[in-house]
Amino acid sequence: MKKNLIEVKNLEKYFEVSGGLFSRKKSIVKAVDNISFNIPFGESLGLVGQSGCGKTTTARALSLLDPKTKGEVRFYNNKTDSMESIDNLEGDELKEFRRSIQMIFQDPYESLNPRWTIKDIILEPLNIHNIGNLDDREEAVIEILKTVGLTPPENYLPRYPHELSGGQRQRVSIARTLIMKPKFVVCDEPTSMLDVSIRISIMDLMLKLAEDLEVSYLYITHDLAVARYMCNRIAVMFNGKIVELAETEELLSNPIHPYTKRLISSIPVPDPSYERIVYDINYDELDEIIAKHGTEESMVDVGNQHFIATHDVKGII
Amino acid sequence: MSENILSVKNLNMHYETISGNVAAVRNVSFDIKKGESFGLVGESGCGKTSVAMSLVQLQADNAVISEGSIKLDDKELIGLSESELRTVRWDGISIVFQGAMNAWNPVIKIGEQIREAIREHYPENTKAQNIEKITELFSMVGLDKNIMERFPHELSGGMKQRAVIALALSCDPKLVIADEPTTALDVVIQDQILNEIKKVQDLLGLSLIYISHDIAVIAEMTTNMAVMYAGSIVELGPTKEVFKNPKHAYTRLLLESTPSVVGSKKKLRSLDGEPPSLIGDIKGCTFSPRCPEPSDDCKNQTLEMELIEISDGHYADICCVNCK
Repeated sequence: MKKNLIEVKNLEKYFEVSGGLFSRKKSIVKAVDNISFNIPFGESLGLVGQSGCGKTTTARALSLLDPKTKGEVRFYNNKTDSMESIDNLEGDELKEFRRSIQMIFQDPYESLNPRWTIKDIILEPLNIHNIGNLDDREEAVIEILKTVGLTPPENYLPRYPHELSGGQRQRVSIARTLIMKPKFVVCDEPTSMLDVSIRISIMDLMLKLAEDLEVSYLYITHDLAVARYMCNRIAVMFNGKIVELAETEELLSNPIHPYTKRLISSIPVPDPSYERIVYDINYDELDEIIAKHGTEESMVDVGNQHFIATHDVKGII
Repeated sequence: MSENILSVKNLNMHYETISGNVAAVRNVSFDIKKGESFGLVGESGCGKTSVAMSLVQLQADNAVISEGSIKLDDKELIGLSESELRTVRWDGISIVFQGAMNAWNPVIKIGEQIREAIREHYPENTKAQNIEKITELFSMVGLDKNIMERFPHELSGGMKQRAVIALALSCDPKLVIADEPTTALDVVIQDQILNEIKKVQDLLGLSLIYISHDIAVIAEMTTNMAVMYAGSIVELGPTKEVFKNPKHAYTRLLLESTPSVVGSKKKLRSLDGEPPSLIGDIKGCTFSPRCPEPSDDCKNQTLEMELIEISDGHYADICCVNCK
């Protein structure tokens, strides 16, 4: 059994929404509602679901970009060789945590500062965390550019983001992320803006780096075909809850939750003679069942480390 | 009277830029039969949208069509005046643009914006008739008729895109061009929109050009397809035949680089390098620098590009046909 790198327990993130300019009525949106998962060292977990289901909110809450409402996130601490809650981190420990958890964002056109050269962009995290002296830092930048396949590095250092193609920009984002030697990288749809042909080379690069550098990914996507390529396990999210979690191939070959079935059946298949049968579900009914049984805390193992939310056991299956 | 609704012959189009002429569309020819759905697939910048824009003569100001003909129902479109074109657009060919859902005027209700298009083409219709027409279209694309009274910001992305499709159908076009209509949407919404398009197509017997970079969507939506690379069509044929028996190296790579949730998990191949610059003289096979197994003819670029027929209706570039 591999050691866990990160453990998320009963994570909740609520937003207060006011009813209008002069209204005092406030309602609560449960963007992330009581979810739990673990990611072992070197493994990647796919977080899959439709737009607005809480994937990105989860990522932001567990990487301390946004405060969470409730729940516990524990991260491996190599000094003490144990899992430690990230809530109590302070000072150097907090900095250390921030170094070991990094993010790659969806849009390489918007996540790179257009007025900075590639060198400045990749150098920035080193400067912030004050790692090494100036020479060391420059060497590290050149090294990391080689790693992500932007060679020769000298050609890229003085350039600006607008001079690069989408695929090259995303490589720069990956370089900026990896220069901190993180253990855990949250990837928020890093390939959805890219062309099919470039997409595979970026995904292959990320898989190779995961192996070489022992990085774990939380890979957020709405495309199960992409998740299948990238992830060891997949968690399916619906309305802020994880409804099913299993090994990738197990989930695809034996989906149990109706929403998972719907999601799998909505992916176009690159084969014109394949007759795709769309599995349609009634969202209102599903909502009702989940609302009725939604307060349950744990998920149920149905065998093969295949977990589904307890409301399904009671309501649907 | 031919059975082809659209016939494009030898279309050549370039953009005039400071650094030279960019040959965006090179020798493109294809026919579309009545009721057929035709797919155009290729990576960004390969000229898919340039072809679509030429078809409705909405190309940018610096675009020049140097050669070729576009016939809609045997009527030549190139060289028509702006006022003649107005009668062709919408009721002859209508187009659903990429990201069209963001093109709604934010301060006018959806229904009024669609009525405006219908009024332009059928001025004699009464308002009640138009509303009835839109209600019918809305039910076809799965929208409630109350949506007519809504403003664009009140709708979700998927709803706006459905309304765009209704708008494109509002003047009973003979041919609809859908340029990446689902790119900005997530998979479940994409699936719903694709289904609506299929349904509408069956119902009205529409002819459809479906443009996408996603070969999986093309597989589902079309009966015939063309693969474009660097401004030219490199392979053309019945969709099933092209998938079963891809002849061009680029088509094969596209197929091998698309992940799927069905079947056993396979290793995907990536396509390295970048498409060539289309400025200046272009000789021979444009794909050879990226081709995994180019022949000497390809590398030396001695063979001019030419589509030759391999089997019934299935054409591919001569260069790759010779290779394998």
